[in-house]
Amino acid sequence: MMVCGEIIVKRIETLVQHTAILAVYALVLTGCASAPKPLYHWDSYQTQVYKHFKGEAGPEEQITALEKDIQKARSENTALPPGFHAHLALLYAEIGKEDQVIQELETEKRMFPESSSFMDFLTHRFNKQ
Amino acid sequence: MGRKLSRGITALLIGAILTGCATTQPYDYTAFRQSKPKSILVLPPINDSLEVNAPNSVLAHATLPLAESGYYVFPVTLVVDTFRENGLTSPGDIQAVAPAKLLEIFGADAGLYIKIKKYGTTYVVISSSTTVAADAKLIDLRTGQLLWEGSAYASSDEGGNSGDGLVGLLVKAIANQVIASVTDEGHTVAGMATRRLLSAGRPNGLLYGPRSPYYEQQ
Repeated sequence: MMVCGEIIVKRIETLVQHTAILAVYALVLTGCASAPKPLYHWDSYQTQVYKHFKGEAGPEEQITALEKDIQKARSENTALPPGFHAHLALLYAEIGKEDQVIQELETEKRMFPESSSFMDFLTHRFNKQ
Repeated sequence: MGRKLSRGITALLIGAILTGCATTQPYDYTAFRQSKPKSILVLPPINDSLEVNAPNSVLAHATLPLAESGYYVFPVTLVVDTFRENGLTSPGDIQAVAPAKLLEIFGADAGLYIKIKKYGTTYVVISSSTTVAADAKLIDLRTGQLLWEGSAYASSDEGGNSGDGLVGLLVKAIANQVIASVTDEGHTVAGMATRRLLSAGRPNGLLYGPRSPYYEQQ
């Protein structure tokens, strides 16, 4: 009778342990599901684009902000968003840094082959100027 | 026998009415699934609001939700520049360019045509609120076919609590107006509206694109 009681207690204990483990698993899984990791490092890109449209920030100021983003994205090992390097190329063109224009357009094309024909179009147009 | 049949028909009718009420018409994604666009060219939005800054604001916000949904999004500043160099500055004129021409210049699979319906702050005695509403159409640039269309709305009132009492509300309204003009609240609300309009995975929203882990899982 005593032994039987002990067995029951032990069984309840293991049941509690298993339930606790399952609860932890569930927490981890829902945690992953509700907050998927973003595909890209956004930070200031869209803010700089907005300022550019409104004429509120010059090319140097935007380049400084975007170069900080590059450092941060590198340290976090996340990709920069579509358009980021192309916009940087536009800013370098505005301050006459020609080598960097071509380099940034090529980076955009390498990261996103979907951009190839537009990047080629821009490179061609830039070289003709 | 006849009675059983009529009961059956009644049950069917009730069932039809109930399901009719409960579900909204599901979006027909046939053309979208066949087209499988990889890249999206966001065209400068047409502005039906009185706020001249609205197209800048919405266009600046449009890349994030589309890119996070798995699409390549063409660099919006260079797109605007390219149109300008070809003598096109009005969003209405730009959105009227033939899809084949856009495909030739940009090589984009699909074009996104946004129309801003509402953008701005309304000041009334008790409260001020900023609202942004927009429609969008996704068009296959290779065929000119409509792949998807949707609309979204956002307001600074969302999540605001009531029960402050009249004095509290008046103070809040004045504070809101100050905040709205200082921090460009319209742009913040436009961000909410744009995410709702252009994020995949929402009811009747865009489908995920090939760069998303959820691609073709819907």
